[in-house]
Amino acid sequence: MLKSPAKILQLAVTLIACAFLLVPTLQSVLAGVTVNYFQGVKSGLTLKWIWEVWDLYAASIFLSIWLAFCCLICTLIIGVPAAYGLARNPGRMSRVLEEFISLPLAIPGLALALALLQVYGSVQGFRAHWSFILVGHVLYTLPFMVRAVLSVMAAIDLKTLEEGAASLGAPAWRRFIDIAVPNALPGVLAGSLTVVTLSIGEFNLTWMLHTPFLKTLPVGLADSYASMRLEIASAYTLVFFIMIVPLLMAMQWASARAQRILK
Amino acid sequence: MSSRTFVALCFLPLAIFTLAFLALPLVRLILASGEGEAGWGVYLEILQKPRYLSTLIQTVVISVLVTIAALAVSTTAGLFLVRNRFPGRGTLLSILTLPLAFPGVVVGFMIILLGGRQGLINQITPGHVVFAYSAFGLFLGYLYFSIPRVLLTVMAAAEKIDPALEEAALTLGASPYRIVCDVLLPALMPAMIAAGAIAFATAMGAFGTAFTLATNIDVLPMVIYTEFTLAANIAMASALSVILGLVTWAMLLIARSFAGGTVAAGG
Amino acid sequence: MTLKLTGVAKTFPGNIRALAPVDLDIKEGEIVSLLGPSGCGKTTLLRIIAGLETPDAGGVIRFGGDDVTALSVIQRKVGMVFQSYALFPNMSVRRNIGYGLKMQKLPKAEIDARVDEVIALCRLEPYADRPINALSGGQRQRVALARAFAPRPRILLLDEPLSALDAALRGQLRDELAVLLRSFGITAIFVTHDQTEAMAIADRVAVMSHGNIAQIGTPEALYRAPASPFVARFVGDAMPLAGRISGGALHLDGGALPLEGADGSTAYVRAEDVKLDDNGPLTGRIEAVTFLGTHYRIVLSGITPDPLALLHVGTSAPTVGETVRIGITPGAILTFSPETEDA
Repeated sequence: MLKSPAKILQLAVTLIACAFLLVPTLQSVLAGVTVNYFQGVKSGLTLKWIWEVWDLYAASIFLSIWLAFCCLICTLIIGVPAAYGLARNPGRMSRVLEEFISLPLAIPGLALALALLQVYGSVQGFRAHWSFILVGHVLYTLPFMVRAVLSVMAAIDLKTLEEGAASLGAPAWRRFIDIAVPNALPGVLAGSLTVVTLSIGEFNLTWMLHTPFLKTLPVGLADSYASMRLEIASAYTLVFFIMIVPLLMAMQWASARAQRILK
Repeated sequence: MSSRTFVALCFLPLAIFTLAFLALPLVRLILASGEGEAGWGVYLEILQKPRYLSTLIQTVVISVLVTIAALAVSTTAGLFLVRNRFPGRGTLLSILTLPLAFPGVVVGFMIILLGGRQGLINQITPGHVVFAYSAFGLFLGYLYFSIPRVLLTVMAAAEKIDPALEEAALTLGASPYRIVCDVLLPALMPAMIAAGAIAFATAMGAFGTAFTLATNIDVLPMVIYTEFTLAANIAMASALSVILGLVTWAMLLIARSFAGGTVAAGG
Repeated sequence: MTLKLTGVAKTFPGNIRALAPVDLDIKEGEIVSLLGPSGCGKTTLLRIIAGLETPDAGGVIRFGGDDVTALSVIQRKVGMVFQSYALFPNMSVRRNIGYGLKMQKLPKAEIDARVDEVIALCRLEPYADRPINALSGGQRQRVALARAFAPRPRILLLDEPLSALDAALRGQLRDELAVLLRSFGITAIFVTHDQTEAMAIADRVAVMSHGNIAQIGTPEALYRAPASPFVARFVGDAMPLAGRISGGALHLDGGALPLEGADGSTAYVRAEDVKLDDNGPLTGRIEAVTFLGTHYRIVLSGITPDPLALLHVGTSAPTVGETVRIGITPGAILTFSPETEDA
């Protein structure tokens, strides 16, 4: 395999990049279970930092899970019918609409949060409620759901399948439920996993929208990085990894599966 | 209910949500930028006040550097992974795409673990090297979350290159170097432009990493944050947000026109 | 169910005329084929009958005594077999076939009984519970037919039902389809661009060209008495005998043939009516000889401006470059008066 100097150079770059990404991740995992990070692993391994994180931040973790769940429900209710509508009316207007709802991918979360705050910041019951953060998460994750579902719906020749159902007497809403949604399920699954993964990790919008009583997991992470000892910050990061890495892997698996359908 | 009515109904939840929480706030943001003491002159002020102008320039420079570095690293690694099959390849690929799901704050923490006061580099070198809080630390942080995004785009394009192209060049007597220049890079160019635009836009808008590193150089998102929370200069924060949004949006439009696909501009 | 179309036309946005006003009468239980090259309007006509497209104002579609023009596809109760079959990949064979009955809100026992009946009729028993993706092309075609037929449609419509299959399978399934359709005893219309298919399956064939029905009739009538050069060319591949008709003879480059016809008429002949004949009136040069097993196909030059083909049955054939004499079976020449040209 390593026949030429060019190949060796390529391998070296690949390995250095891997090391750059992996080494601090491992450090964080290790620091999170080490008694004293400065003395190194020889000080012994412990789970006490993890328990401490649990005492300090359990509420943040549950809030993030709750938000991700609600975000998923909202993006399903808003995104799946919208993707269906876009698939049924491919054209200029649909592309403009798709571009518009994709703005939250392009505009930094900070700017979006600022915009939301200026309209709804003074609505007291809403501003301090978890649903305000939820709005930000739905805004940011919705385009992923719409696109994941739309790409599958566009690939399965939905028009002819629906004509088939219509010729058998199925009205529009039955065709949506019996034909469009079941056949777009791989896209719905890929979109759902993406939405949950991104919602749990969302920081930029959430930091601006959160209140002292409503801290999500990443907000808690920022808090621990600023004010806690390294071992606790690491342990908290470890907890985050344990949640996010399986989700990321499931998301990549589901996306690859949906991609295969497109071919 | 007719088919047309049903499809219109399908757009209803989307219409309500985006009108209330996207269209309205964005309009408000733009209007708010002109409601300060300077009126719409606030945009002129950005270009005239050294504090804002230098921030803008610094942000662009660091984003350009990150884009170039990420393209170089990810194209090299991506081509290597597409064109070679070996045990451990899947693991390397997983490692390289792992940071996709990391929020910016976590990336910032990773850089602190590498180059902070208690960081790895500081521990293993005698010279007490601390770079996490400098421009270089910020650069590394941005590079950290840019590598996976660029890698995935480039690899997707590289997998679509017809191996026969390269074989054709070989039968015509091209050297490996010429094959890279004449066949591979031209075929990858649209994907590289797209990936570069995504990396640039992501770096421009990255907040979490800069926030965690609390770097000694100012980048645009941090200035927006301080203008809003500390100086309560809402007009200036809005104006800077509008500019930032326009730049990143334009970059992603370029990316889309070259490649298509969805890559998050988080970080 | 009889079908009657009166003045049915279709203009697409941009003033594109896909269908000129068309009249069509189809009898109870008759199988009619819409035959024509791509772009002739045959699929548009089928989709209008199905209710998937609306005709221009003025056109009327009647199923039996009912005017169904204003009914949507959902209400029209037609069975449709799509070119791509449009089978639902998320459902088994059985659920696909039962879907139309379910939409009629029939009791489950009745649906099951009917589905079993149709499955047996289409010999799909071994595949009833398989997913669509596990079926071969031929099996899919039968499922599509069974699904369209199960809800007891008033009319069965088939859009190029064999074109998704590979050539070897197509011939076998063509005969199968003809048998099945007849066993259904239902009024059926199917669209095809393949004349063999149309002739093998249909009672009557409507040849279409440029949005018009050029001729409608039994396969024999179309073949023996084409109404226009287009029909002659499209059904049975007639070749033009381009020459001058005068004084009771057709004057060609390769000689003259006795032929009664008005001056200015055009003449056509089919390859099977051209014979090698040492005493024949025409002389030509052999350009190509292809051995096709049962016969040779020989291409000649020097008789008409375009090469002329003939079919030769025998154990040997002349070789390329030879000059031969040929004749044409008496009465086999098709003549068309000038105004019928490409109607």
